[in-house]
Amino acid sequence: MTPSSQPLSPLSMTKAYGAGAVLAANRRIERWTSISRWSIAGVLVGQACLALAPLVLDAGAIDRLTALFIYGILALMWNALAGYAGLVSVGHQAFFGLGAYAAVRLADAGINPYAALLLAAVLVALLSVPLSSFMLRLRGGEFAIGMWVVAALAHLLVNLDNLVQGETGTSLIALQQYDSGQRRLTTYWLALALMAGLAWCVFVLLRSRVGSALQAIRDSEEAAASVGVRVHETKRLIFVLSAFGCAAAGALWLATAVTFQPKTYFSVQWTAYMLFMVLVGGIGTYEGPIIGAVIFFTIETLFGATGVYYLIGLGVVAVVFALAAPRGLWSAFEARFGLQLLPVGYRLRVDSPDRASG
Amino acid sequence: MSWVNQILQGVLLGGYYALLACGLSFMFGVMRIINLAHGSLAVVAAYGVFALADRFDLHPFLGLLVAVPVMGGVGWLLHRLMLERSTRAGELVPILTTFGLAVVVDNTLFTAFGADTRSLAPYIDTLAYDGIEVGGLTVGHLPLLTFIVAVLLLGGLHLMLGHSALGRRIRAVADDPATAQLVGVNSAAVNAAAAAIAMATVGIAGVFLAMRATVDPYAGAPQLIFAFEAVMIGGAGSLWGTLAGGIALGVAQSLGARIHTQGFLIAGHVLFLVVLLVRLMLAGRPILSFLNRAPAR
Repeated sequence: MTPSSQPLSPLSMTKAYGAGAVLAANRRIERWTSISRWSIAGVLVGQACLALAPLVLDAGAIDRLTALFIYGILALMWNALAGYAGLVSVGHQAFFGLGAYAAVRLADAGINPYAALLLAAVLVALLSVPLSSFMLRLRGGEFAIGMWVVAALAHLLVNLDNLVQGETGTSLIALQQYDSGQRRLTTYWLALALMAGLAWCVFVLLRSRVGSALQAIRDSEEAAASVGVRVHETKRLIFVLSAFGCAAAGALWLATAVTFQPKTYFSVQWTAYMLFMVLVGGIGTYEGPIIGAVIFFTIETLFGATGVYYLIGLGVVAVVFALAAPRGLWSAFEARFGLQLLPVGYRLRVDSPDRASG
Repeated sequence: MSWVNQILQGVLLGGYYALLACGLSFMFGVMRIINLAHGSLAVVAAYGVFALADRFDLHPFLGLLVAVPVMGGVGWLLHRLMLERSTRAGELVPILTTFGLAVVVDNTLFTAFGADTRSLAPYIDTLAYDGIEVGGLTVGHLPLLTFIVAVLLLGGLHLMLGHSALGRRIRAVADDPATAQLVGVNSAAVNAAAAAIAMATVGIAGVFLAMRATVDPYAGAPQLIFAFEAVMIGGAGSLWGTLAGGIALGVAQSLGARIHTQGFLIAGHVLFLVVLLVRLMLAGRPILSFLNRAPAR
């Protein structure tokens, strides 16, 4: 393709990108902006501050922040699945519960409880690989409720385990070998590290070929397959990643709560929370779920004590966002200010001649 | 003999599942929407008829005469206010909005009626436990009535789709809404009518649920799962398939309960997953594609 002065149609832009981004002289494809470089630096500084925060925070604040990190993981994972792979699941509490259960089991077998938390997430991710090969054949609503059936079945099977004693539950007794202060700090850092690690992992994935493939799949599976996207493999990658993340979140929740009651962990409320965070923050945006998690965390801190009214409110807000603002708060913010803080896509920039000269 | 009895009770239970699933199946067949508030709305109807029986001494069958048109109206409103906009916004949006609705409905029921379980059984005299003896087996009047209602309802819907003017319009819209619109069918109105019909059947299912068992504010989620399993086992979108799926689910649960105390629910979920797996294998798609590295579909 030779440089020309004609405006680029979306099609020729795709061609140009495919051919190695040969564009007209005054046009270039942007993947970073100076603002986004600064915001990456800002995020890194912020994460470093959070890592050092326990030095100045009291125990209560550390516990609350740990909960926020867990919500962040859940929102990130559910958004990667629903917002990028186009897979809405109402059964991801299956992985949340199985993560906690596996941690209890592994710790009972004599493995160090903190190693058990991580190992549990890895095991659940491995389990999700064979599960993905038939759940991912389901479409739309079928996948959504199909996953709910999986969650219900996982809950029933976990209840059968003598160690769990049905709905009575059990607890991660092995944690008691550490004193409470040490436990609080370890869980805090583990939750922060997992949230930051998964967030960077999703960021890198979305900027890679996988990101382009995912967005193509979300827009049209058939069209994506026709241009050579490995639809099934790409979806599976995200499905397994989300299983890992949700299982890690469940195991971390266990580390903060210590007790394991199957009913709490396999509750569909976790899905309601994920849905709320992702819809309000902005489904299919990178920053959205993090914003959503912070909003959810704030609302929960303020109104969580009102119980069912709080849940009714969450449901109403989620429905209103889905109908009236389907791209959430972050998209509205981006559109209003034209900012891209953590860009995962491609943007065509056209330098007009007068601006270039002046 | 007890195994035969178990299967018979399973078949009768399947009648209830078919009744419950027929609205879900109908809506999926016509609008391609899976309504995640399906179970919760059935429970709403159950509570409504319970309130009528409790406060005004209205017999549940008379309550049903109120519940069916009211639920029809709810379906119409549901379509106008939520489903119509959702389907326009994208394929995934109806899942999000109907799930949100289910959360709102369940918790609203909790604030209105509290955590206590409720049942219509005390208001239907001896119907709740009467039965006929057939060769040493007992067939309960209520399960039998439920089964007959399910068959009549599914048959009625089938005839309505095949032989009435509304049925023709519904099929046209299900096939291709844009073309139906071109030849003078008001697609939005037809879909609203279909949603109203689906919800009217949900109202009937809810009342039968409360007559045969107890309900609590969060009973909607398992009912949705049962309805969905019946539809999927029978083959999505086919009304007679839904009856077969309901019966298969009921029999599996009934036999599961006999094998293990926790077996009732497990057997149903396992049957669902096995049917899914077998169907995918028969479709010739590689199930374990990550092992044999088959090319992406």
